Amino acid sequence: MALKTESMILNMGPQHPSTHGVLRLELEIEGELILSVKPHIGYLHRCFEKHAEAMTYPQVIPYTDRLDYLAAMGNNFGYVVAAERLMGIQVPERVEYIRVIMAELQRIASHLVAIATNGADIGALTPFLYLFRDREYILTLFEMTCGARMLYNYMWIGGLSHDIHPDFVRKTKEFINHFRPTVVELNNLLTFNKIFIERTANIGVLPVDTAINIGASGPVLRGSGLAFDVRREDPYSIYDKLEFDIPVGQGMVGTVGDCWDRYYVRVLEMEQSLRIIEQLIDSIPDGDVQSAIPKRIKPPKGTVYGRVENPRGELGYFIISDGNLNPFRVKVRAPSFVNLELMGELCKGHLVADVIAILGSLDIVLGEIDR
Amino acid sequence: MKNPEEIYELLKKEFNETIFGLDKDTPVENIISVDPMNIHKIGAFLKDNEELKFDSLMVLSGVDDANGTKVKDEDGTEVITGGTLSVYYHLHSTVLKHKITIKTSAPRENPEVESVYDVWRTSDWHEREAFDMFGIIFKNHPDLTRILMPYDWDAGYPLRKDYKNPEFYQGMKVPY
Repeated sequence: MALKTESMILNMGPQHPSTHGVLRLELEIEGELILSVKPHIGYLHRCFEKHAEAMTYPQVIPYTDRLDYLAAMGNNFGYVVAAERLMGIQVPERVEYIRVIMAELQRIASHLVAIATNGADIGALTPFLYLFRDREYILTLFEMTCGARMLYNYMWIGGLSHDIHPDFVRKTKEFINHFRPTVVELNNLLTFNKIFIERTANIGVLPVDTAINIGASGPVLRGSGLAFDVRREDPYSIYDKLEFDIPVGQGMVGTVGDCWDRYYVRVLEMEQSLRIIEQLIDSIPDGDVQSAIPKRIKPPKGTVYGRVENPRGELGYFIISDGNLNPFRVKVRAPSFVNLELMGELCKGHLVADVIAILGSLDIVLGEIDR
Repeated sequence: MKNPEEIYELLKKEFNETIFGLDKDTPVENIISVDPMNIHKIGAFLKDNEELKFDSLMVLSGVDDANGTKVKDEDGTEVITGGTLSVYYHLHSTVLKHKITIKTSAPRENPEVESVYDVWRTSDWHEREAFDMFGIIFKNHPDLTRILMPYDWDAGYPLRKDYKNPEFYQGMKVPY
């Protein structure tokens, strides 16, 4: 006679150090084995979209900072790209150059957090400290430029809030020289560490067709082997003139699309971001960064969907204008919101401890999921 | 790669009266309006047709059009009756590199739209969000529950233009 067994419901979160914010995962488990995972979100919901309807277009920008607070530059970028497309504004070359440099620095900073916390969640605390030290360099660069370390309100519709500091170019080059060896160090310390590979290789394998169908984007999609990048696919700003590769997961230590692949795509992307910055840093054109900012921002009647490649994936803003000073509707397509849907697919059949590794490899920020 | 007019012609040929029109007045995007109760069929066609291949749903957004009659309540808040709620689908073909925006509108009093869950899985949480924020009912969605608001929120749908904050939630004063 077979023993009668029964599955058990386990709540992970809302207060759990490895859920990267206030997220509750409802796990259905049988012993240590996961049968299903259901994410419950909304604990940080503050209805950004309702706020946006009550504000003028420039006033929305500080709120976008608070969506994905680890990549606030990218959020600003997405919003201004959408708004400028709706209004038909051409921004000066200098502004484009500085925007792209900032966005790429932000990408490195954000990936550093992703990599560091992914390691720390599964027990590798040392790289965490090393990487946060390097992120500090970038935050100092931002602080030097606009006075804020995390929430910048830097990119404005048609321009920038501040010009770069006279020392910015020199310090950025210093950072690049300092940072390259760190990546090698990181690879020795964590990427090819036996224990780390054991914890992440062949865990949470995401097949590429599932990834496309669910709408995954960013390193999560590229980790599954598809070279899809909004910067290349749907170029905005000056990305069509820049040279960079799109790293994809190759299953170097396991299967294509496992946690390690998603992790390693981020490591490789940091190098590509450095490449982009190097192409631009010496040739920033002269000019005024505020010359193209309109006196009165009042877009014509119409709709626009603008998307950019944020560190976490495709960030899109859908803006409806009714011809007034306030947007009629702003909808944010947050990359983490869509990527988190994958949890149910990825965790099936794995152990409870793997949930942490998988969640870390998806790199979510609850600020933009709950909005 | 096809432009919006060609896509519109293709749809019109296949579905005729359930395709309402092509809005070309907007400065950036052209929008095709379709019938809410046929969107699943139309979506499947858009995804599978050899000449269209819209395999990626970039975003699905609910919108309160606020085009009904507006009456001021005695306490100054606006109440809207009639008019429509809309759903926008932004589609992109990763193979053929073209884009299109589809719009479908349902009456405010009975906002029912077919779910496209089994065409594009992306729509799962987006539809739940539109339900949560606007009260749009997506027919055939497997799990249409609130997603961002608390599960027991009964004070209406926050992103509707005539939404009014409740005085109490679970016995707690709002705003506290």
